[in-house]
Amino acid sequence: MPDSKPQLAATADHKARAATGQRPSLVEVGAKAVPAVDRREFVRFPHLYRVLHACMIVSFLTLAVTGLSLKFSYTPWAARFSRLLGGFETAGYVHRFAAIVMFGTFTAHVIGLFKQKRRNHTTWKGILFGPNTLLPTKRDGQEFVATIKWFVGMGPRPKYGRWTYWEKFDYFAVFWGIVVIGSTGLTLWFPIFFTRFLPGPFINVATIIHSDEALLATGFIFTVHFFNTHLRPEKFPMDTTIFTGHMPLAELKRDKPREYAALLAAGELEQHLEEPQPAIVVKTIRVFAWIALSIGFSVVVWILYAMLFAYR
Amino acid sequence: MEVSLTAVCKNSAAACCLARSPRPRRRWFGARLPLGVTLFLLSISLISQGAATGPTSDDCLACHSDKSLTTKRGGRTVSLFVDQKKFTSSIHGSLQCTNCHADLDGKDLPHSTPLAKVNCGSCHSDESQLYAKSLHGRAVARGDSLAPRCVTCHGNHDILPVKDPRSSVAAMKVPFLCGQCHREGTPVQTSRNIPEHDILENYSESIHGEALLKKGLIVTANCASCHTAHSILPHTDPNSSIARRNIAATCTKCHANIELVHRKTIRGELWEKQANTVPACIDCHQPHKVRNVFYSQGMADADCMRCHANASLKSADGRPMLVRVSEVAGSRHLKVACSQCHSEVNASRVRPCETITHPVDCTSCHAEVGQQYQLSTHGQMHAKGDANAPSCKDCHGTHHVLGKHAPESLTFPTNVPDLCAKCHREGQKAALLYTGTEHSIIPRYNESIHGKGLLKSGLTVTATCTSCHTAHRELPASDQASTVNPKNLPATCGNCHHGIEEQFVQSVHSSAVTKTDKPLPVCNDCHTAHSIRRTDQDGFKLDIMNTCGRCHAEIAKTYFDTYHGKVSKLGYTKTAKCYDCHGAHDIQKVTDPRSHLSRANVVATCQKCHSDATRRFAGYLTHATHHDPKKFPFLYYTFWGMTALLIGTFAVSGVHTLLWFPRALQMRRELRAEEALEAEAEKNSDKTASEDKDGDDARQ
Repeated sequence: MPDSKPQLAATADHKARAATGQRPSLVEVGAKAVPAVDRREFVRFPHLYRVLHACMIVSFLTLAVTGLSLKFSYTPWAARFSRLLGGFETAGYVHRFAAIVMFGTFTAHVIGLFKQKRRNHTTWKGILFGPNTLLPTKRDGQEFVATIKWFVGMGPRPKYGRWTYWEKFDYFAVFWGIVVIGSTGLTLWFPIFFTRFLPGPFINVATIIHSDEALLATGFIFTVHFFNTHLRPEKFPMDTTIFTGHMPLAELKRDKPREYAALLAAGELEQHLEEPQPAIVVKTIRVFAWIALSIGFSVVVWILYAMLFAYR
Repeated sequence: MEVSLTAVCKNSAAACCLARSPRPRRRWFGARLPLGVTLFLLSISLISQGAATGPTSDDCLACHSDKSLTTKRGGRTVSLFVDQKKFTSSIHGSLQCTNCHADLDGKDLPHSTPLAKVNCGSCHSDESQLYAKSLHGRAVARGDSLAPRCVTCHGNHDILPVKDPRSSVAAMKVPFLCGQCHREGTPVQTSRNIPEHDILENYSESIHGEALLKKGLIVTANCASCHTAHSILPHTDPNSSIARRNIAATCTKCHANIELVHRKTIRGELWEKQANTVPACIDCHQPHKVRNVFYSQGMADADCMRCHANASLKSADGRPMLVRVSEVAGSRHLKVACSQCHSEVNASRVRPCETITHPVDCTSCHAEVGQQYQLSTHGQMHAKGDANAPSCKDCHGTHHVLGKHAPESLTFPTNVPDLCAKCHREGQKAALLYTGTEHSIIPRYNESIHGKGLLKSGLTVTATCTSCHTAHRELPASDQASTVNPKNLPATCGNCHHGIEEQFVQSVHSSAVTKTDKPLPVCNDCHTAHSIRRTDQDGFKLDIMNTCGRCHAEIAKTYFDTYHGKVSKLGYTKTAKCYDCHGAHDIQKVTDPRSHLSRANVVATCQKCHSDATRRFAGYLTHATHHDPKKFPFLYYTFWGMTALLIGTFAVSGVHTLLWFPRALQMRRELRAEEALEAEAEKNSDKTASEDKDGDDARQ
């Protein structure tokens, strides 16, 4: 069997696609006929982040649906939904529980960063200003300009690294959102405590900030984020990387050429490869992701309906 | 006046002679007789009585003829002047002062102590005894300050004989004398238990009153004729001249042999012997209201029943004319004779009823109710001859009339809704004529708190149709005189919900408090007219916000923009609704210190739900809107700041996504092509592999 690296990558990519169920016939054929083929995939996200993202999905959807039912209480759907949940009080409890889950997710992520630092024996400087940083860099600005040029046909597609600028934007949008929505949410949760040192009308201000920022967050996640990661034609209908943690090697080469090149150069690629997830896991993930996507789209429809047709 | 007389002597500065009190029988010896005669008579008197001297009337008048003589009594200045002219021309003119003011007898003048009250009974002992037993006398004995004494009716120094037309108790003046106390609005009439009302008015319109006042017939009956002058007793007292068993005797004092005219109804001696079983005069001729009409001549019921007991008796137009005695006997009118209602009968005819030309007129007895009925929509329609209009019998029945307290009565509270429904149910005649906004009245009433209380809980004190619309004076709500007119509605509901009315009339919604051209809400604007719901249940609680919003549109809208309103909008009642903060019936302007939301009360109001609420917490804006930059600039700019952030973010990312889309499509196409190529290559390699395998097999 050929064992050169490019070939390996190509085959792995092909097999991974087969494994995700797009072409099951080939899986069987391939698996039966060529058992020795290297089907390993690139591991983009460790276990912790896969779990955290799932937690984010569950808590975010819950917060969105319970919160919007109050924000759009003038739509008949909101009342129906509130009844379904067992009343506005239950909806309130669910909302606050989901908020705790989200705060927990946030905390776990921060703790995860500390652990990652210790495990990788790096420094904060290495994490924050290294090549794989999530902080915006000068290069992101250049890539943004280059991307726009590519969009309008004035240049080639930029060679993105581990994190593209829109991924970084998504990441910090969540940070910002948790701080803004979380703090105002706590104000609304404990108004009597907060009015000990804030004036009463601040509760009104907090309400506006909380709900409008939530509208921005849900709107952004359910449209822009969904498109950028799942719906764009080359990924359609969804990209399961964040759920499985795995990325076909071909995709890494195509979408993150700079990271691939760096890994190759450092000779570290091999240690980032793993066997694909079992079919049942992938299938479960797809079902989960489909449900989440559907809820998200329904919420977008609801928001549009409430804002455009039922607004008063 | 008696009192003032005692004071006259008390404050007199002139000397008075001492004298033994002459006994009243000496009253005919006048003071103004020629001196010689006086002295002669006096000497006889002295001989017969034993020698004594005392102040003469002249002595008293030495001071009391002074018009400026006054005293202070109970903080008031009281004149002690005695008009000598009036006194000497009065019936007591021949008496000495000391004849009445007996306690002055033998005293030196000027007397200083307040004089004792004059005891008229020392001469008028019979009248005095009767008076003492009478209603008035007993009231005086009880210390009732409103009770009349001798002087109240008769005066003091100027008493004239009853026959004198100038006398205060002359026949012509009696009604006005009694009327001083016994007319509407006096303390006596309002604060003492007097069952009759409009006495003076009714009397003056009665046959007696008209005769006396318009025709000057002084032999006609005045108050004292029936009630007696001094022995006035309530009709419940068996000794009273107006007691049921005595009334005939009282009336026959004037109307002698009247029983001959009433022969068939009363049958002469029965009237005297069985006073309880026959109608008394007042049953037909109501006291004070005795009318100037000829009542139908007495007919014995048996005379009627000679024909009307026959089951096959039919009227000319075929109506059955049978009268069941048992029906009448079981009714409220068991003591009423046929001819009392079926008037116009002529007892001298063989068929006495052939002279009847009009249907029964209940108002001959129920005059007041009749008046009310005539004012009502029912009565007005009836007067116009509208066949749809209900008359008395449509609600009360005919011979089997029962009072509203009999459960089987048509007018018993639990039967009233059905009774009214006969015409007012949807599709029935009254409902078809009706052009207002209230529909399905009966079913909605039945489901209301009143209807359920009445019909399900059997609570007969609950409001029925007549409680609000009255029994006899129903008028449309648009009529100013209607009990359900917005102007009168609070008072109508207040008949039962008095405490609420008290709160309401002081609230900002009351027309007594707020002067405005705009219509102010009354009870039914929030509670509806017929489908009044329990206010502690969800339906009412949720609707009330829209109800308030009908007038307070802007403030209701902003309420729905905040947390309380949003939760309410979802259909839950646990958050604060309008009345939780503003109060229900005691709503005041928030600037009013009595308001639940005034600075002093607002924290306690919030604490009803938020038990830890503080003053700062109460600063939460429950009616905030982010659309008003003047009133709530910080909310306005926060909102637009957030909106700008939202629009900005979506604009940038939207353009980014749109630009990306064609490139992404292109990538997808390339990828597909690549895949197809790979698939082809794979197929080929598979083939090669299997061929190799075949080759291997063959070799083996």
